Amino acid sequence: MDWSALRLSLELSFWTMLVLLPIGIWLGRRLAWSQFRGKSMAEALLALPLVLPPTVLGFYLLVALGSRSPIGQAYEALFDQQLSFSFAGLLIASIVFNLPFAIQPMQRAFEAIPQEVREAARCCGMPSWRILLRIELPLAWPGILSAMVLTFAHTLGEFGVVLMVGGSIPGETRTIAIAIYDRVQAFDDSAAASMSAVLLLISLFAISLSYMATARLGKGRHNV
Amino acid sequence: MSDGLHVHLQQEAPIPLAAAVHCAAGEVLALVGPSGSGKSTLLRSIAGLYQAEEGRIVCGDHVWFDSATQVNVATANRRIGMVFQQFALFPHLSALENIAEAMLQYPKAQRLARAQVWLQRVHLNGLGHRLPRQLSGGQQQRVAVARALAREPEVLLLDEPFSAVDRSTRESLYQELSELRAELKMPVLLVTHDIDEATLLADRMSILDAGRTLQTDTPEQLLQAPNSHRVARLMGMRNIYAGKILAQENTHTLIDWHGTALKVGTQKSFSVGSDITWAMPTSGVLLMPSRNRSTDALDNTIDVQVQLMLALGEQYRISVQHKNQTLTMNVPRHIAQRYRLEVGQFLQVRLRGETIHLMPSN
Repeated sequence: MDWSALRLSLELSFWTMLVLLPIGIWLGRRLAWSQFRGKSMAEALLALPLVLPPTVLGFYLLVALGSRSPIGQAYEALFDQQLSFSFAGLLIASIVFNLPFAIQPMQRAFEAIPQEVREAARCCGMPSWRILLRIELPLAWPGILSAMVLTFAHTLGEFGVVLMVGGSIPGETRTIAIAIYDRVQAFDDSAAASMSAVLLLISLFAISLSYMATARLGKGRHNV
Repeated sequence: MSDGLHVHLQQEAPIPLAAAVHCAAGEVLALVGPSGSGKSTLLRSIAGLYQAEEGRIVCGDHVWFDSATQVNVATANRRIGMVFQQFALFPHLSALENIAEAMLQYPKAQRLARAQVWLQRVHLNGLGHRLPRQLSGGQQQRVAVARALAREPEVLLLDEPFSAVDRSTRESLYQELSELRAELKMPVLLVTHDIDEATLLADRMSILDAGRTLQTDTPEQLLQAPNSHRVARLMGMRNIYAGKILAQENTHTLIDWHGTALKVGTQKSFSVGSDITWAMPTSGVLLMPSRNRSTDALDNTIDVQVQLMLALGEQYRISVQHKNQTLTMNVPRHIAQRYRLEVGQFLQVRLRGETIHLMPSN
């Protein structure tokens, strides 16, 4: 059992989830309620990680974050270390490939709030921040929770993009999914089996949570 | 301009608007019109939920919208109380919390106690802890009204507030609103497509069609003297016809209706020979058996044939034909039975000339 790989995977999942929470809420609300030029294109771009082969996404991320790219060079100038094949690079890649998993459930959840309810809040004299905290987030929370769980579970299991961008540096970029692959390559079946079982249980728990949240969202919609 | 609410809005597209309304403090003004007439858009503009291209909205001393000076006060900063068609209660908050959310002007500690008082005023004592889905339609509507009033609004906006409840609930809500009215000191705008509802609840009505305010007047005045064929139609008048002025006498005006001369109340603004449209409420057509000749100077006796009889509760709506023109009249059920009225029957009816209103030709 590679505990450092498990810890790294959990850290990566946690931070990805945390960074995507405000991004998802902001983009989800905007996509749910605003009409703007290029909205369909924006939605298509955000959904692209769902259909793109992980190696292709990983390749482009590697190019975008590499030491010859402006982003990579800026990062090196600031922190004096390489962005690709680092935890920070892995986190950025993880955020990008998780965008649809975070945004789409939140967008659906915000879309389910009737326009009249949001307008009623404004007519009550509630300022925007209060409408967000008191009305929108409580009504959309099953969708937000679902998005967070999906993001967490998906990051835990991601292999292709992580391998392309992070490689397999122990303690730095070797996640549990890559550790399992390494163990299988080394014919260490028992370690691979125990790590797979742990990943299976965590993922099952997370997805169950997500389905429960979605069921509640459906019920909430019915009641609105 | 400091009394009540003054609204003037103008735009070409996407929804054409050419509306001007004034509602005094304590007055109930009904905005009436068919679907798509712009009445809800007008209400939403007052609330700041829709912005028209041009115009001005002033409530008391506050300018809420003025396209000329680019003033557009945000909805949250306009003191409005709004009751939505589907009530739009916050589904996850209790009835009490729904009301308390409109009382942000008070310290947090006072809100629930004050909301409780509002709950009592709308007769929902003991139901404050319930979520909206645990309340009936009528109870939800009461919470919505309490929430709108709890804001202590400068104007109360009611957007078809009775359309989502059943008929019997509606009747009792009318009664409650009528009672509450006496206490309301602000302008109240009621959007409805139901003429009877508007007549019952409003002091004045503004008739809207395709975004234009066609006529604003008391319900009685609108029913007796619509200023155009369209207003007469929108007020639900059935007896509307084309005619011509034959003569202007001292005691009456004489009009021609497809070869029949009719005496109507003097209306001197139309010159002899001019084409007109005339309208008459169904109550202006009276059943008159041939043995009872009328002696009233403005009564017009004509021969008709019964075409259609519709039983509507306590009375019949009867369509009769005179020279290919159809007239509609209401006859109490017992009268219709006494005279054994039936389809195809020939009879004489009286058209009461004093109820005939002349309008410019369509």
